[in-house]
Amino acid sequence: MADASIPVPGNVGEAVDITPPGEFKGTWLEYAHSWIVTVDHKRIGILYIGLGLFFLVVAGIEALLIRIQLIRPLSNFVSPDSYNRLFTLHGTTMVFLVGMPILFGFGNYLIPLMIGARDMAFPRLNAFSFWVSAFAGFLLYYSLVGGEGLAGAGSAPDVGWFAYAPLTELAFSPGHSTDYWTLAVLLNGIGSIGTAVNIITTTFCMRCKGMTLMRMPLLPWLYITMSTLVLLAISPLTAAQIMLLVDRYLGGHFFDTQAGGSALLWFHFFWIFGHPEVYVLVLPAFAFANEIVPTFSRKAIFGYAAMVVASVGIAFISLSVWAHHMFTVGMTSVSNTFFVLSTMMVSIPTGIKVFNWLATMWGGRIRFTLPMLFTTAFLFQWVVAGLTGIILAVAPFDWQVHFSYFLISHFHYVLVGAIVFMIFAAFYYWYPKATGRMLNERLGRLHFWLMLIGFHLTFDFMFIVGLLGMPRQIYTYMPDRPWTTLNQIISVGAFLQGLAILIFVYNLFYSYSHGKKAGPDPWDAWTLEWATSSPPAPYNFETEPVVASRRPLWDLKHPEDPDSAYE
Amino acid sequence: MSYPGSDVTLARLRARLRWCAFMPLLCCLGCTAQKANTSVFSSFSTPAHNITRLGYFVLGVTGGICFTMYALLVYAIVRYRACSSDVDVEPPQVFGSTEIELSWTIIPVLIIIVLFLTTAGVIFGLQDAPKPSSALEVVVVGHQFWWEYRYPQFGVVAANELHVPVSETNRSRPTFMKLTSADVNHSFWVPQLAGKTDVLPNRVNELWLDPHVPGVYEGQCSLLCGVQHGKMLLVVHVDRPEDFDAWVRQQQQTAVQSEQVAAGRHVFETESCINCHSIRGTIANGRFGPDLTHLMSRKTLASGAIENTPENLKRWVAHPDVFKPGVLMPSMQLSQEQLDELTAYLTTLN
Repeated sequence: MADASIPVPGNVGEAVDITPPGEFKGTWLEYAHSWIVTVDHKRIGILYIGLGLFFLVVAGIEALLIRIQLIRPLSNFVSPDSYNRLFTLHGTTMVFLVGMPILFGFGNYLIPLMIGARDMAFPRLNAFSFWVSAFAGFLLYYSLVGGEGLAGAGSAPDVGWFAYAPLTELAFSPGHSTDYWTLAVLLNGIGSIGTAVNIITTTFCMRCKGMTLMRMPLLPWLYITMSTLVLLAISPLTAAQIMLLVDRYLGGHFFDTQAGGSALLWFHFFWIFGHPEVYVLVLPAFAFANEIVPTFSRKAIFGYAAMVVASVGIAFISLSVWAHHMFTVGMTSVSNTFFVLSTMMVSIPTGIKVFNWLATMWGGRIRFTLPMLFTTAFLFQWVVAGLTGIILAVAPFDWQVHFSYFLISHFHYVLVGAIVFMIFAAFYYWYPKATGRMLNERLGRLHFWLMLIGFHLTFDFMFIVGLLGMPRQIYTYMPDRPWTTLNQIISVGAFLQGLAILIFVYNLFYSYSHGKKAGPDPWDAWTLEWATSSPPAPYNFETEPVVASRRPLWDLKHPEDPDSAYE
Repeated sequence: MSYPGSDVTLARLRARLRWCAFMPLLCCLGCTAQKANTSVFSSFSTPAHNITRLGYFVLGVTGGICFTMYALLVYAIVRYRACSSDVDVEPPQVFGSTEIELSWTIIPVLIIIVLFLTTAGVIFGLQDAPKPSSALEVVVVGHQFWWEYRYPQFGVVAANELHVPVSETNRSRPTFMKLTSADVNHSFWVPQLAGKTDVLPNRVNELWLDPHVPGVYEGQCSLLCGVQHGKMLLVVHVDRPEDFDAWVRQQQQTAVQSEQVAAGRHVFETESCINCHSIRGTIANGRFGPDLTHLMSRKTLASGAIENTPENLKRWVAHPDVFKPGVLMPSMQLSQEQLDELTAYLTTLN
């Protein structure tokens, strides 16, 4: 074990590896080929993120079409069956093809850099996982052009992203729309499991000298937890998809209620996957906050050990709460009560995390750069997301608002207010590392404020329309319902968010060539990824770093007061 | 859409006032809705009422937590914002504090215990409520995309508009429902009367309500059941006891037989209508679609999607797809004459 953190002996200026990667010489075809066959974790990470961004735009367009349809009662903007296809595609895409790929992409890119490794443990498995997931995504969208029906859209899935049986059985879903959904989700799951295995192995086996588990940055810790949940949660989902395929094509009766099957069985299988899946998505968002809050508060994370325990605790408890999605299916009072308790217990480790972020900011010198702006918004929004989760955990109140727009708003507070906001924060924070250039500040601030206003217009009012009794997944509503004005406000907010995301995507391209040069360590941060050039060379570090504390670069920058002195 | 009568207005006013005291914003939005009130905070039946009270409690607790957190966050942001003067100085590094961390673990635990016990009390109180002998029994069967209501105590089969008696304090007459589905999953949700309960095939769920105030309460299916999920509306008529008894007596009768519309009846009996629909007193005994014996006693057609007028009825029979694209009722391609005769017959089914 080393006595001091020494990425390279000497001062910080010498410590950073300043060799830029060689400019690629060759035709564009050779360049494209080099990306397709790449096994470099950084390139695969960028591919994952690119795939996720592409589908984010696609799913965003679907959301806007949904919002246009709901602007007025009895609207005919899209037909009822197209509407069902739109929300099914929107949900499936956002969860499986936007959230998972972008978060896996960041994990892929950052974990080896943060633990001082040169690549993931299984580079080829990494590439395989990415291409399987990408194929699954395009398979899902092939349903738009691959089937019969009006405008070629006849076979996009239309059963909702949770695809409750028996609506998915052949009797009620003839044709191949459900098959596209099943196979795409099944294949995507194989990719997710591959990457999860890879992340777990990498973090356990590839850490640099001196980096014990409890010296790891919190981001890899959260990715270990998230990947474990992927392994535990995707398996029942895959099993359920296979059972559904058996029902549809081999005469099985698992979910076929007309032949004695059980609809509830699907509910259980799906939510045993579905609830941990929420944490699969939100833990990486926490991971980004764990890196960004300390850097811009200029303080070490408050209560590192408690943060680790809380993350693992969240994951553990999240495996026993799935039936809170099922309070309305007619469980006994005892079962309902059990799941109320287990669900409420999640709020304890979650609360610890929020308090620790707050305590990290307390007494710091907070710099409101773009990553910190998004993270601050995340903190405020996550409080509401968590507290509305408690409200929904109160089973009797859930009997009222379950599957109403109140629920929709709650999980969009989680998925957009927390996860998407943290994904943006992560982009602003690590884009300089990946490209060597800063994202444009003015465009970034415009993006932030538009997104913030749009988000609150949309989702704050969705809570109210839900409390006023509007159920989800209805393609239109009657004029006598008190929902019209609220839906108009919600739609305006959705378009503001769409505009914000367009500005963001433009900024990504614009800053790639016009951005300010970043240098290796633009944020004056403390973890290992900032100890190498931006963008890092394919081998990441010229010499393998050695660390003696959780903040190796702090030790280098403050030799008079190194963290390693306290460990 | 409420029945006239001062007691009714007063009860509604009281409910509104209670609501205003707690949630001004929601109140404003709710009060503008003179047409159909589907707010979860405007309850007229014990289950909904207990849930509303629990809802206020939970909203109060979580609102308090939210306010505290926001105050702390805002304070931290304002107080510890970096100024240009000290940008090069690092603040003191603090790594944690066991006492503080313990305190913000234990306080949430205590809050959770209170919330949990309150919730458990309401769950057991509502789910395990004993069924009094005076209770009305109704079997609810969900179909793509309409509701079937059976009253086994009276031998009545109705569709789409549920009639239940008011349950007054001195004369309690709650309605206990058994819910099941003929095809896919549905969910029965009339926010002012009770929380939703899923209507699942191969399974019987239970739900009870005891509306205190006569009137018409609206809701709709709230679990995706296919293409016309959005127009699978729910209407509950809460009748005064004498009105309910009259309604039951009327529904028990077989269909009106009138020689003047025999031609229309002939159309009905010789086309495929009888495969799906029943009209008691005729040979039509289909079970797939709504029972039409007392079609004209309903205010709406197509599960609440359109008003039940002779013109709408004719247009509906001619082209159901116009009103509900994807509805399972086919257009029978009747001639104009057949259509006129059939509508004339159907409009006699009081």
